[in-house]
Formats: sequence, C-alpha cells, structure tokens
Amino acid sequence: MTILIIAEHDNKSLKEITLNTMTAATQIGGDIDVLVAGENCGSAADAAAAITGVRRVLVADHACYNGQLAENMAALIETLASDYSHIMAPTTTSGKNILPRLAATLDTSYFSDIISVESADTFKRTIYAGNAIETVQTADSIKVMTVRGTAFDLSETNGSATIEALSTVTDLGLSSFVNEELAESERPELTSANIVISGGRGMQNGENFSILEKVADKLGAAVGASRAAVDAGFVPNDMQVGQTGKIVAPDLYIAVGISGAIQHLAGMKDSKVIVAINKDPDAPIFSVADYGLVADLFDAVPELEQAL
Amino acid sequence: MKILVMVKRVSDPNVMIRVSADNSSVDLNNVKMAINPFCEIAVEEAVRLKEAGIASEVVALSIGTSQSQEQLRTALAMGADRGILIESEGPLESLTVAKLTQKVIAEEQPGLVILGKQSTDTDNSQTGQMLASLMGWAQGTFASKLEIDGESINLTREVDSGLQTVRLSMPAVVTCDLRLNEPRFASLPNIMKAKRKPLDIKPIADFGVDLTPRIKTLMVETPNERQGGEVLSSVAELVEKLKTEKGVI
Ligand SMILES: Cc1cc2nc3c(=O)[nH]c(=O)nc-3n(C[C@H](O)[C@H](O)[C@H](O)COP(=O)(O)OP(=O)(O)OC[C@H]3O[C@@H](n4cnc5c(N)ncnc54)[C@H](O)[C@@H]3O)c2cc1C
Repeated sequence: MTILIIAEHDNKSLKEITLNTMTAATQIGGDIDVLVAGENCGSAADAAAAITGVRRVLVADHACYNGQLAENMAALIETLASDYSHIMAPTTTSGKNILPRLAATLDTSYFSDIISVESADTFKRTIYAGNAIETVQTADSIKVMTVRGTAFDLSETNGSATIEALSTVTDLGLSSFVNEELAESERPELTSANIVISGGRGMQNGENFSILEKVADKLGAAVGASRAAVDAGFVPNDMQVGQTGKIVAPDLYIAVGISGAIQHLAGMKDSKVIVAINKDPDAPIFSVADYGLVADLFDAVPELEQAL
Repeated sequence: MKILVMVKRVSDPNVMIRVSADNSSVDLNNVKMAINPFCEIAVEEAVRLKEAGIASEVVALSIGTSQSQEQLRTALAMGADRGILIESEGPLESLTVAKLTQKVIAEEQPGLVILGKQSTDTDNSQTGQMLASLMGWAQGTFASKLEIDGESINLTREVDSGLQTVRLSMPAVVTCDLRLNEPRFASLPNIMKAKRKPLDIKPIADFGVDLTPRIKTLMVETPNERQGGEVLSSVAELVEKLKTEKGVI
C-alpha cells in the first residue's frame, strides 16, 4: 500500500486535522506521502515533513494553487495518482471540494468523511445526520476518501521526511481565486478545541454572543453556533456546528439556547461531556446532555463566567 | 441560457430514521419523503436567475424511483419549466448519477448546472464535483452568493475559515449551501399549473451507462445512543461537577 495525503494548510502552517488524517493513513499501513500544494507554502511543507511516519513530502508551489481551487488541485493530484493505492484528505471544505472531483477523473470510488478504517478496503461512515453508520467496501484499485478529524487521534510530529519539489503546473484556467474573508479569532479552532461553547437562536442577536466569548476566554474554548444563529446573521457561517456545518467532538461542549435538532446533534454528539443551558425543560438537547440547567441563559451564562 | 437543476427525493430531514432489522439498510417503509432541502435551494436559485432575465429556461432533472415525480412536481411548482426523470429501481452511486447527468447535459446543452451541496440521506457531498470533473468544467461548491457576469460567475463559497470568492468560467457546476437563498413556498395556483408542465420519464437503460455498483455496503448499524444525564439546580453545582466528576475544566 502506498498512500498520498493531501495536506490542509494555509501556506504558512499546517492545519492540525492533517495529523488526524495521518493517523487514519497509518491504520491502513504502507508508505505515506504528503502533498502540500499552494503558493509560497514552504513553511507548511516543512511542518508536513515533521509528521512522524511520512516518507516524502511533495511540494507544488505555484500561483495556480493559490486558494487550492479544485480544478487545478484535482488535475495536479491526477498526475501523481497512479503511484498510490489510497488518496486521502481531511474532511474540510477544501478536501470535500477537491477529492470527489479527483475520484471522477480517475473513475474510482470515493468515500466521504470516513470515521473508521476497518481494513485497507473497508471503512465506516455516517449517514442520515449521524443516525446510522454504514460499513462500505470497494474493490477499486485507487481508493479516494476524506477523513473526519474528530474520529482519529493526532499523529506525532518528530519526523524528518524528505521534501521534493514538483515542477508540474496544472493551470486549467477554469477558475481563479478572487479573495477571502477570513474569520479573525485568537481563540482555538472550532474543530480542534478541547472545549466548545455554542449559542443558538436563544442568544437573540450577535452582540449577545459576547457573554459566550467571555466564558470561552476563561476556558480557552472555541465559540460555535447553531444554524439558526448563523441564518439569522448573529454570527458567521464558519461557526456552524452540525450535519451540514462542522463536526466537533471536544472534551466539553456547552450548548446555550440551542434546542437540539437532529442536524445540530449530528455535529456535536460525540463530545465527551455535553452541558445544555436552555429555559425549556422539554428541549431535546437535554436528552443528550450529561448536565442540564433549565435556566434563562442571560442569568446562567454570566453566572457561569463569574464562577470560573 | 438554459439551467439544469438537480432534484433528489430523500426522507424528510426532520424524521428520525431507523436501521432495518437485518442491518442491511435504513428502513424507509412508511417514512415521509421530501425534496432534499439543498435541492430546494438549487431550484430557487435557478428560478430567480430566470426571473432576473439571465436564464431562459429551467429544466429540473431527477434520477431515482418513479415516486421522484413528486419532487419534480415541487420543482415545477416553484417555477422550473419542465422536468426529466431518469427512472431507476434502487439507489445509485454518486458517480453513476454524475455519468447519467453528463448524458443529459450532452442533449440539453445547459450553460449552468445547479445542485445541492449534499443530500441529507447519504450526506456525501460528491455529485456536483464529480459532474464538473466529467464535463471538464469549473465547479463552485458550497455557494452562498452567485453573480453571473457575462461569460463568468463570481461565486462566494462558505469555507471552514470564512468566505472565499472565486471566478468561474462558464459553463459551470454550482452546488448550493444553506445561505444562498430562502426557497419560496409554491402557491396553490402554481401547484395546479405545475401538474400540466411537461415531465419526461426516461428508462435508465436508454443511457448506456454502466450501473454496476462499485461500493458494497456490508452493514448499516445504529450508533451508540447517548443517555441524558442529570438536570442540575445551580451554576455552582455545574461548575463543581465539571471540575471534580468529569475533570474537564
Ligand atoms: C438541510 C438542513 C441542514 C441543517 N443543518 C444544520 C446544522 O448543520 N447545524 C444546526 O445547528 N442546524 C442545522 N439545521 C437546522 C436545525 O434543523 C434547527 O432548525 C436548528 O439547529 C435550530 O437552531 P436553534 O436550536 O438555535 O434554534 P431553536 O430550535 O429555535 O431553539 C432555540 C432554543 O433556545 C431556547 N431559548 C430561547 N431563549 C432562551 C433563553 N433566554 N434562555 C435559555 N434558553 C433559551 C429555546 O428554549 C429553544 O430551545 C439544518 C436543517 C436542515 C433542514
């Protein structure tokens, strides 16, 4: 087996979820290479070379990979694909954009968001908003998949793989990067934070999220949201937790003013400890919460902040 | 410009599904079915582009069982001009759906194909990307804003780090995220009118696409259920439990 991992990075640094993907690759076994494609992505490549167990880091550094657009990225990976039995990327908006395109180019099977490696050709993944888990297998010679970060531990980073520059330039000219509005935050990333505190429609507006942020700052937590809070414009889309947003599984998840719809639960029910603060004692969120507080959040959250 | 918009029949997203007793599949007997919510957003966007005079015709395509006609009628009631159903017996893999759609594109020659970013049953998020690949077209996934500007599209995408704007050459494939628009409710007169709009039903065998599954489902199981815990009486008690019982803060 020879595996290629597509690194998740922002040119400067490697995203932690690449290390979870490495663990999934290690469970399949064999030689593991990492592809870092971007523009001025040397430091991300250096970080990838430090992942324990990586054989080679392949670097494609060119303006046409700026923003890692799917068309050029899939074309680049296609030129490498015949050397590999598995091509894997973290389940992120980037991985989900690129790898299905690649799989169709290679006319091969693709598995979205695997949560376990059963063997080199068999994997588990969730369907129906996490209400069922399917075990799936393919005989295709190249297996393409994205990997759910929260389902695999982080790999170590004390390695020193060789770094090889690729001279391939696959600029199809179909799409171009215009700009990016990045969410600026000093807090940990939602998908890798140990503690997440999320607000829902019960927060009433965006300003009120400041009471969650104060708790987050005391706990070193990330702040998330329900779809209703994002749709209402309280907070940006990158904070949405759920079936169609981000999947999180922190040690502690605090749901504030969130009812607990199945689509929200799909994104957080694998958290170790769940706390729900809601004024409605019948809210479904209580049925998955380890600890519940039936309270007005505008009393309970500031009180919580004081108590920490 | 013609727009092709894709529509999938799925179980109602608010219904809790059950795994079949033999662990081979999800039991959809007597489950309420609906149009995939992301497909509804796709139809809405296509219809708006027609209303804005950018599109000349909106063709809705569904690939599924005969009952998928219901979801196509919903699309027609929302404002699509005509429907095509490629009738299949059972579920199909995304790559197969993309290959069948490629055949429809060859015939219909749309300038834009709009799909949902995922369907709420398989949660795959693949078909649009695969279709774009087969066509050799640009793809704009997870769209929250779409502006057509001559021969290209300015598209804003919901990405993990925020929003990304890209420029796509046309023809292109776009997949919709939740914030692209708010789908309309079809009015009763439009529902009546939709019954008379053309809906072409084509047997899947006519397309010459290999339907052999590439992926075998070995098992479908129910995840471990989480148990509800205790309702506490005060914030102080909560903090105490998180510190001493769970050690998470
Ligand atoms: C296709 C599709 C995809 C979806 N994807 C997602 C997703 O990824 N993530 C997601 O979250 N949702 C998703 N949803 C939406 C989901 O179905 C729910 O509508 C949403 O999660 C509800 O958000 P909420 O709990 O914040 O709002 P509500 O359901 O309105 O709940 C608000 C809660 O706040 C409580 N509350 C109000 N005021 C106070 C107060 N002062 N103090 C304490 N409690 C208070 C109320 O009792 C209530 O329980 C999706 C839906 C669809 C159809």
